[in-house]
Amino acid sequence: MSRQWSIIGNQGFEFMGGINASISHEIKNVLAIINENAGLLEDFTFMVDRGMPIDPERLKSLAGKIQHQIKRADGIVKNMNRFAHSVDESCKNVELGEILDFVAALSARLIINRGVTLDIDSNAEPVVVMTNPFLLENLIWLCIDFAMDMTGDGKTIGVSCKKTPRGAEIKLSELDGFGSMTAADFPNEREKAFLEALDGEMTICRETGEILLVLPETIKAGR
Amino acid sequence: MTEKVLLVDDEKEFVEVLGERMKNRGMDVTTTTSAMDAVKKVTAESYDAIVLDLQMPEMDGIQALRAIKKIKPEMQVILLTGHATVEKGIEAIKMGAMDLIEKPADMKTIIEKIKMAQVKKMILVEKKTEMKIKKIISSRGW
Repeated sequence: MSRQWSIIGNQGFEFMGGINASISHEIKNVLAIINENAGLLEDFTFMVDRGMPIDPERLKSLAGKIQHQIKRADGIVKNMNRFAHSVDESCKNVELGEILDFVAALSARLIINRGVTLDIDSNAEPVVVMTNPFLLENLIWLCIDFAMDMTGDGKTIGVSCKKTPRGAEIKLSELDGFGSMTAADFPNEREKAFLEALDGEMTICRETGEILLVLPETIKAGR
Repeated sequence: MTEKVLLVDDEKEFVEVLGERMKNRGMDVTTTTSAMDAVKKVTAESYDAIVLDLQMPEMDGIQALRAIKKIKPEMQVILLTGHATVEKGIEAIKMGAMDLIEKPADMKTIIEKIKMAQVKKMILVEKKTEMKIKKIISSRGW
């Protein structure tokens, strides 16, 4: 048991670090755009000082661009805060469609950099399970990361969830490259540690190119 | 002398606004949001400096830097990064980058680096031309 938690602990730090690096990179990009827009406004004031006319519409457009970037930064920081609070409770009700959207938003930059697109089909009906949110987010990311390795650049990965009689299921589909994969590749010791902690199961369907992550309606107490 | 600059970043709004500010300062600026397109542009055109983002989809800044240096070794590349660490700076310089600038960047710093790049490139091109002339003279046996 202690080995399982040691694996989860190390991976958890890695996940936190990776997501934080990605988020801070996004914030820097937003700041860089705001900085250039503010600089352009300053350029305009110098032009006006020299008697050059400035179209008020340009100023309006710049103000709009700055406001848009502030909204973008606000969304990034909100996600960052929500992510930081995922470790607050080790067991709570989570809606899987929402968690899938959240993990995709958190890792957006990492996914874009790999040249992959996620096609998330959040179920119209809420799919709620009682689980450990941080461990689930981490395991979903490990599945997406592996799926991206499998599919490669320029591909789309389908992600969906649904209710099952025993709980719920998350499916990653449209995965190419399973043919070259060996049974030992995935899930490996790391993913198995997460599956055990979440009372989950994972099935790899090579023929259909799918990863199925099966979760119980409620994880056992004390996890 | 007008500096000819290629500006590469996957953030469209960033390259558009920075490009406009550089043009306002008399530079000849071309922008692109794709590193692959930048490599194509370098094959077809010559620039005094290339300002290149380090993290981009399809091809990251380091890969693009390698490709550019392979096509035109005299090209001066200034890398832009969200987080400039000493390690990253050393890695970039080892790879052949002229410099590394952290985002958000100060316009004065960008302009200084571009002007420096233009001088460096001119020296390299002059040296290359001198070597070519020497080679021609020696091969003719004058």
